[in-house]
Amino acid sequence: MISSAENSSQTVPAALEQMRQLHGDLIRSEQVTCDGMPTVWVDRQDIKTVLRALRDETTPRFEMLFDVTAIDERLRCNRAGQPASEFTVVYHLMSFSGNCDFRVKVALQDSDLTIPSVVQLWPSANWYEREVWDMFGIKFDGHPNLYRIVLPPTWKGHALRKEHPARATEMEPFSLSDEQEDYEQAALKFKPEEWGMKRESENSEFMFLNLGPNHPSVHGAFRIALQLDGEILVDAVPDIGYHHRGAEKMGERQSWHTYIPYTDRIDYLGGVMNNLPYVMAVEKMAGIEVPERVKVIRVMLSEMFRICSHLLFYGTFAQDVGQLSPIFYMFVERERIFNIIESICGARMHPGWFRIGGVAQDLPNGWEKRIQELLDFMPARLDEYDSMVMNNGILKRRTQGVGVYDTNEAFNWGVTGAGLRATGLEWDFRKQRPYSGYENFEFDVPIAVNGDCYDRCAIRVEEMRQSLRIIKQCMDNMPSGNYKSDHPLTTPPRKENTMQDIETLINHFLSVSWGPVIPANEVTMTIEATKGLNSYYLISDGSTTSYRTRIRTPSFAHLQMIPEISRGFMVSDLIAIIASIDFVMADVDR
Amino acid sequence: MTFEVGSGLSIGVILATVIVVAAMLIWVERRLLSFWQERLGPNRVGPFGLLQVVADMIKIFTKEDWVPPFADKFSFVLAPAIIMTVILLSFSVIPFAPGVGVVDSNIGVLFVLAMASLGAYSVMLAGLSSDNKYALLGSLRAAAQMISYEVFMGISILGVVALSGSFNLREIVLAQEENGWYIFPQFIGFVIFLIAGVAESHRLPFDIPEAEQEICAGYHTEYSGMKFGMFFVGEYLGLVLISSLITVLFFGGWLGPSFLPGIFWFALKSFVFIAFFILLRAAIPRPRYDQLMTYGWLFLLPVSLLNLLITGVIILSTS
Repeated sequence: MISSAENSSQTVPAALEQMRQLHGDLIRSEQVTCDGMPTVWVDRQDIKTVLRALRDETTPRFEMLFDVTAIDERLRCNRAGQPASEFTVVYHLMSFSGNCDFRVKVALQDSDLTIPSVVQLWPSANWYEREVWDMFGIKFDGHPNLYRIVLPPTWKGHALRKEHPARATEMEPFSLSDEQEDYEQAALKFKPEEWGMKRESENSEFMFLNLGPNHPSVHGAFRIALQLDGEILVDAVPDIGYHHRGAEKMGERQSWHTYIPYTDRIDYLGGVMNNLPYVMAVEKMAGIEVPERVKVIRVMLSEMFRICSHLLFYGTFAQDVGQLSPIFYMFVERERIFNIIESICGARMHPGWFRIGGVAQDLPNGWEKRIQELLDFMPARLDEYDSMVMNNGILKRRTQGVGVYDTNEAFNWGVTGAGLRATGLEWDFRKQRPYSGYENFEFDVPIAVNGDCYDRCAIRVEEMRQSLRIIKQCMDNMPSGNYKSDHPLTTPPRKENTMQDIETLINHFLSVSWGPVIPANEVTMTIEATKGLNSYYLISDGSTTSYRTRIRTPSFAHLQMIPEISRGFMVSDLIAIIASIDFVMADVDR
Repeated sequence: MTFEVGSGLSIGVILATVIVVAAMLIWVERRLLSFWQERLGPNRVGPFGLLQVVADMIKIFTKEDWVPPFADKFSFVLAPAIIMTVILLSFSVIPFAPGVGVVDSNIGVLFVLAMASLGAYSVMLAGLSSDNKYALLGSLRAAAQMISYEVFMGISILGVVALSGSFNLREIVLAQEENGWYIFPQFIGFVIFLIAGVAESHRLPFDIPEAEQEICAGYHTEYSGMKFGMFFVGEYLGLVLISSLITVLFFGGWLGPSFLPGIFWFALKSFVFIAFFILLRAAIPRPRYDQLMTYGWLFLLPVSLLNLLITGVIILSTS
């Protein structure tokens, strides 16, 4: 693969060069960001032309609309060279054939917050645009159902606008009267007409079944309204937002350092792996190069969490097709891995252990012994699970040929991770654009061809084996050196010389009391997380807090395509499909 | 009062034993499952957690007896009573040991099948009266499943009836004393009866009417307290019944070496099957509803008919 994000800042990326030639007249301005991603500003009436050109005309083509978000620019000071804008809509496109990204921005004024919808180009834009509407109040012309998606339908205001309060103390104490409760309940009632659904067909009446938000198989607080003909699924409308905690808003009030524990809880099964894209993004803006040892420690812990997350997926997947026992066996393993993680990080599920410029502590004495334990017991157990789960005839009949989609559909719906690799595309971010030293490790990228529930599970099973390989290599080749960078913006800063040297003392004092001041810049950092591609789009305005923290999570995109892949199947199949997607609602709602 | 078939004492003892055994099965199942699943299970109340059942009973008896306001009250209350009644009635024709039983009916086999059919009403009424969509789906699934599997269940034991020449369960056991256990000549019948039995008592892998991961608890979603308890114990009673029937029909009932009394052999054999059913639950995933029906009608039905045909041919050619 040719251009990585690293070297594209020096040479002009091919796609940008072509866009200048094809649609140079539409590009209002170009912006340079420290991640080297080509970024262009266009007018809102041209957005569809530009995005279509990027999708269909350029080489490489940008197959996936990776993310759509917005920035409230009204309080931003450092935006020299950018067109005047009060609200900026940001489109992040990803090319899999060319292994590169493209960012398109559109400037809007508060008085006229409308922009054409691109749902016709990418169906995945649907939820992203709804989220932007929900959070910023930007209207998308031509959007089929521009309703609130994350916040309740009764919410007043748009939460990510700068004037919206970020703390409970800035608002009235919350109370819920009986009338208010009834009102909220009524607002949540599913009205099929709103979604263009008929209540009856020619010969039968449909049943509308409300699956969730509390249902044993929806893996958290997730609701999906089903339109059923008997037990056959005619259509479905997923409803998310029950797990929303305003993680992006919190990013704007926490300091760069104190936001780290919040990232742990985005994909709450991913533990410290969630810290990785965030700290890498901050390090990129701050210009911190982390020591080799830090990279390897980070990779090792991330892969351990990948195994933990996949184990939980594996068990619940089997459980959702009615196999009771595997989850209990897998929890035993998971428990043992958590014990090892605890002995390294001091906490189990959410250690919040990575730091800007390093990790919190060095590895404890004797860590190799514990990792060796893991490497000793896991492979045999994984083989046992193969015979118990993957080779089970009933499980195969329940999951093969169910919930199928191909690579193109995956692109259209923004599917990444195991769900994408199950369609036969060998595309793993760790291989394609190695970060944190993944280029130094030997591992395979498992793929499958059918793109059904069974294949999605099979890939994750194989990934656990590959993760074990990576962990083994980490253990055998752990570099010596420091567990934290010497850079002054590292958090918490090095303390050794504070009593000798006044500069260091001042720097330490400020960095600890206020937090580090990160230079004004923009950056997107993506990793291959447990469930797909997880990226952080951070904007620093040269302050102690982030100006905008955008978290692009894989599960959000994956849930959106549930109706698409489950139409015509039965309720039992829907449960298998939901299980095979592997999501947690915290990762969807943020 | 004497302890003989049909005496008041005998009826009382059997009724009490059956219910206590069914209740204890809750504990047995939880312990066995946890043993097979690398965990401990209930082990805190009393020695080995044996009093867990008592604790559960206290809880379930003192729970609020609640009927959802939107439910159809009469059938909602009736449904759990039906399941308990029909299964307990089925036990009346089971010959536990020589001289132990409630009644030696000439139509014993038919009686059990009839009671099993009535059990379907309980599940359907529960689902319909709950006025809950999940319960409705559950009862629809249950009705289809129970009615289909009754067919194969009936046909699968006709081979045994033909061999023994009687519908009387006690005579079937006595016939096995002369001819050997029917598991050997009727192996196919046994397998089909076993599968149909699991489906009848809707336990995993055939717990489709109450598949928790799909439709919450199916037909008894709206039930709580003692009424739920009756469904719960009813399921275990069904398990005991199916295991007893397998023992009687295919494994020679109380027959066994004479150093132990017949009732012991009966209990031992039944327990083996109960444990087997629990192991099934721990091991096998749940097929989809339509897969179960296809499997039944396109595979089990022809095979059981063929089994009956071959049995008939053999009986006619040897007599």
